[in-house]
Amino acid sequence: MGYEFIEGNEAISRAAIKAGCDFFAGYPITPASSILQYMLKLLPPLGGTAIQAEDEIASMGFCIGAAMAGRKVMTATSGPGISLYSENIGLAIMGETPMVIVNIQRQGPATGSATKGAESDIQFTRWSTSGGLPIIALSPATVTEAYELTFRAFNMAEQYRVPVFLLGNKEIGVMQEGVDLDKVELPPLYNRRKIPADKPVHPHDFESPSDVPAMADFGGDRVVRYTTSTHDKAAYLTTDPVLIEEMLEHYRAKIETAIHDIALYREDFQEGAETLVVSYGVTSRSVAVAVRQARSAGQKVSSLVLQTLWPVPSKAILAAMDGIKKVIVPEMNLGQYILEIERLAPKGIQVVGVSKMNTKLLSPSEILGKGGLL
Amino acid sequence: MSEHSTYMTKAIGPLPFCPGCGHTTIIKALDKALVKLQPDPAKVVIVTDIGCIGLSDRYFTTSAFHGLHGRSITYACGLKLARPELTVVALKGDGGCGIGGTHLLNVARRNIGITLIVANNFNYGMTGGQHSVTTPSDATTSTTPWGNVERPMDLAATAAAAGAAWVNRTTSFDGQLSDIIATAIQQPGFAMLDIWELCMAYYAPRNKLRKSGLTAMLDEYGFELGQIADRPRPEYSERYRAVFQQRRTEERARPAIEVEFGNAVPRQTGIIIAGSAGQKIKSTASLFARAAMASGLHATQKDDYPITVMTGHSVAELIISPERIDYTGIDSPDFFILLSEDGLNRTRKQVEKLPETCVLYAEETIRLPKTRARVRRYPFIAAARKVSKLSLASLALATMIEEKGFFPLDAMSWAISSFQKPKVAETNLKAVAAGSALAQGHQPEHQPERDQS
Ligand SMILES: Cc1ncc(C[n+]2csc(CCOP(=O)(O)OP(=O)(O)O)c2C)c(N)n1
Ligand code: SF4
Ligand SMILES: [Mg+2]
Repeated sequence: MGYEFIEGNEAISRAAIKAGCDFFAGYPITPASSILQYMLKLLPPLGGTAIQAEDEIASMGFCIGAAMAGRKVMTATSGPGISLYSENIGLAIMGETPMVIVNIQRQGPATGSATKGAESDIQFTRWSTSGGLPIIALSPATVTEAYELTFRAFNMAEQYRVPVFLLGNKEIGVMQEGVDLDKVELPPLYNRRKIPADKPVHPHDFESPSDVPAMADFGGDRVVRYTTSTHDKAAYLTTDPVLIEEMLEHYRAKIETAIHDIALYREDFQEGAETLVVSYGVTSRSVAVAVRQARSAGQKVSSLVLQTLWPVPSKAILAAMDGIKKVIVPEMNLGQYILEIERLAPKGIQVVGVSKMNTKLLSPSEILGKGGLL
Repeated sequence: MSEHSTYMTKAIGPLPFCPGCGHTTIIKALDKALVKLQPDPAKVVIVTDIGCIGLSDRYFTTSAFHGLHGRSITYACGLKLARPELTVVALKGDGGCGIGGTHLLNVARRNIGITLIVANNFNYGMTGGQHSVTTPSDATTSTTPWGNVERPMDLAATAAAAGAAWVNRTTSFDGQLSDIIATAIQQPGFAMLDIWELCMAYYAPRNKLRKSGLTAMLDEYGFELGQIADRPRPEYSERYRAVFQQRRTEERARPAIEVEFGNAVPRQTGIIIAGSAGQKIKSTASLFARAAMASGLHATQKDDYPITVMTGHSVAELIISPERIDYTGIDSPDFFILLSEDGLNRTRKQVEKLPETCVLYAEETIRLPKTRARVRRYPFIAAARKVSKLSLASLALATMIEEKGFFPLDAMSWAISSFQKPKVAETNLKAVAAGSALAQGHQPEHQPERDQS
């Protein structure tokens, strides 16, 4: 396509197609609606299915059903819709369902500021459903990155059999910027592993808890089961505490032990810096400017930009804190990811949040000022 | 292939329901219906809700999907949409039909080819006999200790009213039950079977309901028994494929942007265009951005407009820059174009605070608040009227480009001709010429403005 001027939501939709997405269900909501509209235009001519569901619960239900029947699925919404997704997010985790959930964040709570950007749902994404099990969440900072991370989200969903969230922001979803999507470097496409014909259809089979089981799709040659209830490896309900514990440990371990593969981040370290800025999403763009300005004023500052938010890239964060005395965490919320940084920061490191939740972007000067970088 | 004499397994023991529970009869009738139809078990998916009825899927040798309370229809639809060749049977309680009511209405309306069997026992068996949407008036349940003050819902008539192609109601005592289920499964479109039955643990004993009482209840409310709808129409996936999938995307392929022009923009520059709905602010701003890109610049655009898109303000924020654009906010605009009162009302605070470094291009009929910006007054609206009202934004942007020389006007003309339909482009190209003429006929900028208020 060459050099284009497009919005983030279009980049997300086109990345989905590129990743082989062939099923989409969603319910209109600002600022995510255009993804539903793009998918409705893009998918049917390719033989895929896109449907506007009656509500967000049905969006998730359709997607989960289709995913288990072999489709690569995506849905897209914003905060209020994620609230309605909640119970089905748990089901998707329970059934080890590969799916991509796009959240173009707007400012909450409730209806909030429907047309305004925010990073409202950072912790909500991690704890969005009963049970507290891990999911994967990626957060793009640019339209180009929205394309790349959506593609990677599909790969991770298929590889780890878990819902993968693309944590967007109105400030990227419906912002237009110049991109050349052909030039984006993408990893090879990953498709789910299928249970071989000589093996029993045990959709949750593993030897070590961190193994990701192979799948059997509904509609294939063999009978398949799926259940919302605690179950054994063959997806039969179980009340045996030993089996239940083993399965839950598997859900945890398959994500958390793969952190080296899931963790995506960008480092911009400066020799001798004692201040580190940790940021993500659109705010990291303001940080880039703030860091440049601080450096040209003679300050030494390092920057770590996280593209993977969940699971927490702890190793990268700890490594970035080496030799650091102060960590600044700017966020378009009242301070959410800072909880993870505080949890990880060794004793003696000062962690300072720069919060803003008034629908406006954090500006470089606010980061410099409130972060004490001036 | 050998005949299937049953689609159930005894491997996990007998069915779990209380003695006399209607669910047992329904499940056995479903098995009999499958035996009659002889489908490949791998191509049948039994989808269940939570509820006593939802305990049944694992007794089948078919594929099975056990989902959330009230949502079985949605998974069933997802499976069917993904694999139209599957036989998908959803089993649901009356409770599930309450919490998932919207799914019932919508699957009926859409005519997605699943079969829905409702095991309707007038209460929530699994959670201890609470009342449901089908509990008759005055009935005693755990949550209607002094009698139900609500009216029961006619599930079958509701589905029919929502457009269901095939609806039948019977009771679990019907000797033809398995045949009726088989007929339901054979329907190409959505088929719903509302089966009235007894919950022996709660509803029946509490309300002294027996087999004979079921027909009395029907009479009391005037609910019908038997075939309630039978009016086949094309199944959803069939229609979907017919309508959508034959369609190739009709949109013209957007041309790629190639750098063909030079620019004179030394640093990141923020431009705000404030006007009204209908003035093509957003689309024209994005043409300007593409023109900037064709001139070797980076560009970003954000739009602000009310949810009621055809009225009120429309504001576009543009950034152009010779370097990568990181921060996409415009704290202090370099250029501001004001085209209507709506635009001013939306941005008044901003206009009042504009710095002296900012050049404000204002339609001359607008009363401006006090501002430190260098004001440039132009009869944009009057000039646009001579071309087309819809070309106001193109015209004003052309005036600014001509005056400031960000990039050649040819770049703007290129963007217009490349990204707009020929007719619209023709008008906008005229507007560009008119905008440029305005700039050329105007006093130079350093002359003091006469009217600043
Ligand atoms: C979201 C949610 N709310 C409540 C419940 C608790 N619950 C389980 S089954 C049930 C009612 C089932 O009634 P029905 O669908 O009529 O099935 P029956 O038990 O009568 O067969 C309820 C409310 C649940 N599982 N999930
Ligand atoms: S509680 Fe009622 S619905 Fe549940 S098994 Fe017993 S009789 Fe059947
Ligand atoms: Mg019931």
